[in-house]
Amino acid sequence: MPVLETANGAEWRLRNQREALTRWAAWLVGVVIFLWCWARISDATTWFFVWDAPRIAGDILDRATPPRWSYMDNLWLPIWDTLNIATLGTIGALILAVPVAFLAARNTTPSALFVRPIALLIIVSTRSINSLIWALLLIAIIGPGVFAGIIAIAIRSIGFCAKLLYEAIEEIDQTQVEAITATGASRWQVMVYGIVPQIMPAFAGISVFRWDINIRESTVLGLVGAGGIGLQLQASLNTLAWPQVSLILLVILAAVVLSEWVSAKVRGAII
Amino acid sequence: MLRLDALTKTYKTGDQALKAVTVDVPPGQVIALIGPSGAGKSTLIRCINRLVEPTSGSVMLEDINLTSLKPGALRRERRRMGMIFQEYALVERLTVMENVLSGRLGYVGFWRSVTRRFPQKDVDEAFRLLDRVGLLHMADKRADQLSGGQRQRVGICRALIQDPALLLVDEPTASLDPKTSRQIMRLICELCAERGLAAIINIHDVALAQMFVARVIGLRFGEVVYDGGPDGLTPDKLTEIYGEEDWEATIEKVDDDADTTIEAAE
Amino acid sequence: MSAAAPALGDMLGTRWRRPPMIQRVWLRYALLVGLAAYLVAAIASVEVDWGRVYQGLDRGAAFVMAFAQPDFVSRADAIWAGMVESIVITVASSVVGILISIPIALGAARNIAPVPVYMICRGIIAVSRALQEIIVAILLVAIFGFGPLAGFLTLSFATIGFLSKLLAEDIESMDRSQAEAVRATGARWSQWIDYGVKPQVIPRLIGLSMYRIDINFRESAILGLVGAGGIGATLNTAFDRYEYDTAAAILIIIIGIVMALEYLSGVIRARVQ
Repeated sequence: MPVLETANGAEWRLRNQREALTRWAAWLVGVVIFLWCWARISDATTWFFVWDAPRIAGDILDRATPPRWSYMDNLWLPIWDTLNIATLGTIGALILAVPVAFLAARNTTPSALFVRPIALLIIVSTRSINSLIWALLLIAIIGPGVFAGIIAIAIRSIGFCAKLLYEAIEEIDQTQVEAITATGASRWQVMVYGIVPQIMPAFAGISVFRWDINIRESTVLGLVGAGGIGLQLQASLNTLAWPQVSLILLVILAAVVLSEWVSAKVRGAII
Repeated sequence: MLRLDALTKTYKTGDQALKAVTVDVPPGQVIALIGPSGAGKSTLIRCINRLVEPTSGSVMLEDINLTSLKPGALRRERRRMGMIFQEYALVERLTVMENVLSGRLGYVGFWRSVTRRFPQKDVDEAFRLLDRVGLLHMADKRADQLSGGQRQRVGICRALIQDPALLLVDEPTASLDPKTSRQIMRLICELCAERGLAAIINIHDVALAQMFVARVIGLRFGEVVYDGGPDGLTPDKLTEIYGEEDWEATIEKVDDDADTTIEAAE
Repeated sequence: MSAAAPALGDMLGTRWRRPPMIQRVWLRYALLVGLAAYLVAAIASVEVDWGRVYQGLDRGAAFVMAFAQPDFVSRADAIWAGMVESIVITVASSVVGILISIPIALGAARNIAPVPVYMICRGIIAVSRALQEIIVAILLVAIFGFGPLAGFLTLSFATIGFLSKLLAEDIESMDRSQAEAVRATGARWSQWIDYGVKPQVIPRLIGLSMYRIDINFRESAILGLVGAGGIGATLNTAFDRYEYDTAAAILIIIIGIVMALEYLSGVIRARVQ
């Protein structure tokens, strides 16, 4: 009852008492959960280090500046590797994502009962696991290096690209497909003439978008040994060479900004 | 040439869209299919080329029973039935020329169609058709740059390049203004006459139907309730097709004698 | 029809090609050649030790087999502790991140905030988005020491950049007339936000928050690689020791939780919209 009878007459409330109570209870439970989580983090923290943090941060900053510019000569090759990991990984992912997307989309899947769940499982499992974990796994299997990084990026991107792509396929205008079917075209011809032109813009947008993300991700893959500029970062961190670390972070920042700019430009040109 | 025999379609939801429709279409005859929305006009047209699978009954195109064909054979027969759509249904991101040539897909192999290497004969025919409908200069424009009337003319070319024996036309004028509607209807009927094509035209504009065709079939709740010349569409018959409620709105479109018929109905 | 209307006679018998996407011939070929050259150079520069890969196939097969028989038991304590820590980090950082990102989103919306505030908030967003979680985690671990606090701070910081940006864009594109109608009643600024802006933005905020919680959980799984707490450390150990069955178990749990979160967020989003 949103209108409450009080001593001063009827009073309007947004919610009735029962609803208000459940709401308060839900908030209370939420706050308790949060506090419990915080207590656990707090327990696991050595607070002495935390109080000391400003001094340490200042110390690190002090040592990291100025960046060691001469180290740049050692970074060109890792930058090239990083670019290759992202680009080749993206290309590989797209090649695999396209069939998965067609199998997962409700209107193109050959069997909604058997094939579609498998395609969806591929999408969710590749998407759920971070590329660093894929890299760890691949390094354990095929050894460290750029190749493992490419495969890790490719696997991680399959789910992402396939998900966006199958959503685009499900949104196409079905009458255009119908019109091509009515001409007597075969299944594959219907695909090429009726469906592919409609999803081309989405496909191009997704590729560039993912490439941008992959540039970011491939800069850190080296931390676990999968090639690229992250290797230098890891090495510099291990030797506490902070001027090199700051230079590498600047390079990564520049790469991220640049790739975002490229991706925005290309997407603007497509759409 | 085309014979529908007791054609029935029941959707999964239990709606009976078509109830044992029997129609005989002789070669070269243009038929208008009228009826209120939901009467099953669209379903009927789509059951003929099996974009919608009929539940029972048969569709005979000359001596081939379309309803029993396997996918491959069905595709071959679909080539002989050109279809024109309400919202044009052009593939918007392809060029006009590609849209027209897509009518030949049933005749060319997969790789030829992927690489767009259609036989010169088909390309010439596409040029001729585009010239016939006055759109030759638009051949390399993308379909989404065209106006509604132009798109529908491209749709007509796509159907005709199939070299069909029969045209299935689904509400060709529903998205067009009155003047363009007439031009499109005239064009379709002229082309049918030129090429001796039979056609079934779904149309809800009764006046437009009466203006252009020789035979009208009225459909109501999936049943044929009228089959005859356009002159036989008396106010009583229209009431029977469209029902009491829709009736006044429909009759207003019947140009001159509209006023008298409304009075008569009341 | 234009003056240059083509004559049918001229066109019959001529070949027809689809007009190319890039009209300028030299540019088209330059792009093609450039792309091909890049691909060749890139692929050539990737050193693949095929012998090593071939040897790895056995291990790959072993790993795939491990998925059929994941081992939840032998490291159950470590898995349990890691998972709880991951979830704790996710919850805490999501709550804090979302709470902080709301005022920053308001500040970063052009139609609400004054210019100086707008610049500051956009600056915060840009910094947060440019720095990756893992790099932030490394720096925070260096500053605050090992443990979940660094992970918590990392994800809170990343949540701010993500959520504020999308939320600010949403506020900027909201329906002005509704907000103006509230302002026209003589409402104070805080009332205006409460009645004119909040109702329009809340559904989107909830949807984005759910999405971010999902991302935070996935990210929390890798924080352990650099010592910032969570399941990542356990996973890393499992890989190092080639304990594929344990690794598979952890991955299956992660996938399961992500699926559950996605399902939950689907239900919640359907409800608020």
